[in-house]
Amino acid sequence: MALIRKSRQLKWHRKHLLGLRELSSDEITYILDTACGFEQISTRSVKKAPPLRGKVVVNLFFEDSTRTRNSFALAANRLSADIIEFTKKDSSVSKGETLLDTAKNLEAMGIDIVVIRHSAGGAAKFLSRNINASVVNAGDGFCEHPTQGLLDVYTIRKIKGSLEGLKIAIVGDIAHSRVARSDMWAMTKLGAEVTFVGPPTLMPSQVSQLPVNVSYSLDEVIEEVDVVNMLRIQFERLGGNPFPSIREYSHYFGLTVERMKRAKKDILVMHPGPINRGLEIESEVADGSNSVILNQVTNGLAVRMAVLFLVNQASAQKAIS
Amino acid sequence: MKVILNSKQIERILMDLTSRIISDTPKDLDIAVIGIRSRGEVLAQRLSKSLSGKLGRDIPCGTLDITLYRDDLNSPHGVAQPQVRTTEIGFDVDDKIIVLVDDVLYTGRSARAAMDALIDLGRPRAIRLAVLVNRSGREFPIQADYAGFQSDAAPDSLVQVNLIESDGKDEVTIG
Repeated sequence: MALIRKSRQLKWHRKHLLGLRELSSDEITYILDTACGFEQISTRSVKKAPPLRGKVVVNLFFEDSTRTRNSFALAANRLSADIIEFTKKDSSVSKGETLLDTAKNLEAMGIDIVVIRHSAGGAAKFLSRNINASVVNAGDGFCEHPTQGLLDVYTIRKIKGSLEGLKIAIVGDIAHSRVARSDMWAMTKLGAEVTFVGPPTLMPSQVSQLPVNVSYSLDEVIEEVDVVNMLRIQFERLGGNPFPSIREYSHYFGLTVERMKRAKKDILVMHPGPINRGLEIESEVADGSNSVILNQVTNGLAVRMAVLFLVNQASAQKAIS
Repeated sequence: MKVILNSKQIERILMDLTSRIISDTPKDLDIAVIGIRSRGEVLAQRLSKSLSGKLGRDIPCGTLDITLYRDDLNSPHGVAQPQVRTTEIGFDVDDKIIVLVDDVLYTGRSARAAMDALIDLGRPRAIRLAVLVNRSGREFPIQADYAGFQSDAAPDSLVQVNLIESDGKDEVTIG
């Protein structure tokens, strides 16, 4: 009961979810607590609840995505919202329309929430300043992917109870990873100690200014971490040759059965997907008993329902004041 | 602020509700008790305990969070931001007599939301409504099947139910 009262004191006022960097630990905890209440919608006979009935959500995806786009679509459906799917390929963007024009046109149709993914960092923020609808960032450049960060900490909290004092390694292509950044903000704000692990060529240039440890060797950290989050090498974003060969990368930074033997028995193995099996993670590990990769996907749905619900609530209250 | 029910009176009402529920329900039917968060949750636990005791079998008890079913979520007159919490019903509601429990029945809007939430979980044989305080001022065509104290409190007054489990003492006040 005491816990309930504490979280009730917080008032969620954000009409947009742009990133986790700007959120307080209380706000992050509030979203996670709210998500708990949405989990059971997906397990019962009628997998739908009415809070967004009559609202319209647009999935505005300028980059490819299966998991995140479908997850947002299903989340919106389960809250009874209507959803418009927008992808770059079959839109007027290919005819030269700007981001703002596209959004303004959608807004003119009477939409309430825009879920946006864009290759430019800051795209979600830009949109939030220029349209009236709520904006949820589904990934902007190398900056943030807040719902992925939230579902990652939700998954960890659900199994470990809390993130306080946990040691977490995020391994791989950190430089090109918005997931690594959102994870870092959420995890450190909730009290975990985060280490970025990868070759120097895949570390962000300003890494020393971030609240993380840096290691260039997975072997150095594997024994002591409670959670390891393996990132995909984003070949589509890589320029030049950040490492000599894929084999060499796997040898030093792949999560192999051999390396898992040295890890803690209850280590959680995470991956934001899509997996390159045999490259950053061996199949036996991805499908093994320590893997929570599919739990992440399931939890993502509850977290996204919570986010859509909260931004819409804040929006409704702003309309009153 | 005036005390309208003390702990003895609350206990007596719950015993009375228990025996009325038992005498109304055919012995061969399954009963389950479901409380509406948050005071209804506590009352439901007490009712399920007393029903189990009198019937000599376990009467399952669950908790329903109705936030997502409220009719004021997007309304300009809505209360400030209700927090979504978990619904915890660890049994099948199909074909059971569900006794829905709340602390105060007033406008009838919570009961409406609770019925909608319940029906999304399955198809109960019947839903009955049991409340500690039956306050006049209904806005929906909903009545309690089992009501304790009748209150004609004025619309601008506040009927506050305090329970040991959540508030440290059993007491209903009006102010």
